[in-house]
Amino acid sequence: MDGQATSGGGGPAPHPRDHDHAAEPAQAHAHGAGAESDAAAAHQTLPVRRSILEKNERLAERNRGFFRAKGLLVLNVLSAPGSGKTTLIRKTAEALAQGLRVGVIVGDLATDNDAARLRAAGLPVVQITTGTVCHLEAEMVARAARQLDLDALDVLIIENVGNLVCPAAYDLGEDLRVVLMSVTEGEDKPLKYPPMFHSADVALITKIDLAAAAGFDRAQALANLHRISHHAAVFEVSAKTGQGMPLWLDYVAQQRQSVRGSTSG
Amino acid sequence: MHEVSLMQEAVRLALESAQAAGAQHIHRLALRVGALSGAVPDALRFAFPLVCAGTIAQGATLDIESVPAAGWCGYCQAEYRCEDYLSECPRCRQISAELRRGTELELAAVEVS
Repeated sequence: MDGQATSGGGGPAPHPRDHDHAAEPAQAHAHGAGAESDAAAAHQTLPVRRSILEKNERLAERNRGFFRAKGLLVLNVLSAPGSGKTTLIRKTAEALAQGLRVGVIVGDLATDNDAARLRAAGLPVVQITTGTVCHLEAEMVARAARQLDLDALDVLIIENVGNLVCPAAYDLGEDLRVVLMSVTEGEDKPLKYPPMFHSADVALITKIDLAAAAGFDRAQALANLHRISHHAAVFEVSAKTGQGMPLWLDYVAQQRQSVRGSTSG
Repeated sequence: MHEVSLMQEAVRLALESAQAAGAQHIHRLALRVGALSGAVPDALRFAFPLVCAGTIAQGATLDIESVPAAGWCGYCQAEYRCEDYLSECPRCRQISAELRRGTELELAAVEVS
């Protein structure tokens, strides 16, 4: 867990075999600093072997434990820009409102338009403006979650930055990763972004009310999804007309039940 | 474009190791990057000097070892080279989604003085 243990302490001591560098004592200029061109300061190679994502993974596990203890179901919602994340989240929250209280964390590069739309629907919303960062990280979610009254919530929905590449590598501590593709994006979306679709627990085909107009090949899309996201639950919905929404909503309610169950058990 | 974030974290880990060893300078970072990690080596190289600037790693070199992806076939109980998350075992033609290697994003070593 604690990095120091692996990096410093046990590391094998000075490794004089410095192949490319130590051979020529006159190469000190190569390293810019110039302060001490002291050839005697022997280079040594420290083995590190730590994952670059390790810190995020540790923070994500902390989030997960925290959310579990609160009995929260946490969804990480991902898609390309414009696939309908905000509308889906709004309609999902509104429909669940009878039985479940939903809060939202929204990530966007700039503007709080999405947050404003959700707030207007009466939802507790926290906005994370990521600036130039193209994805949310576990630490940002931990900070944002502190601004919500989590004890007053049953479901926390995280709307990630619209991007099908970078967020795939970042666990936020969610229970379920929900990946959207709309019928207007083409059937081959899963094939173009395999890491994201492969990591999905749920794949949602959205805007199915536009399927005919978009010439959407449903069979092909499902075949592609099953190929890449073979273990994912698949739903076909239109948040706008409500078509297909009941199955999705039942699923969310059920998932919330099982999270709840595992907490009290 | 998350390579800047990744590189920042790699350099942070390197600084931590260097500090623990009482080193004054970092001369080289060695990364292992899997073929299916989603990180682009050229973008990592581009970000590297930017995130090193102003630290004891300024002017350091970056070595990137690419790790080819390997799938695992449960039927043959054997590994094979693959190019994708889903791949076909070359022996029995079964489709497998179990990766053994290829998603690495690791700081392997750091050279200090």
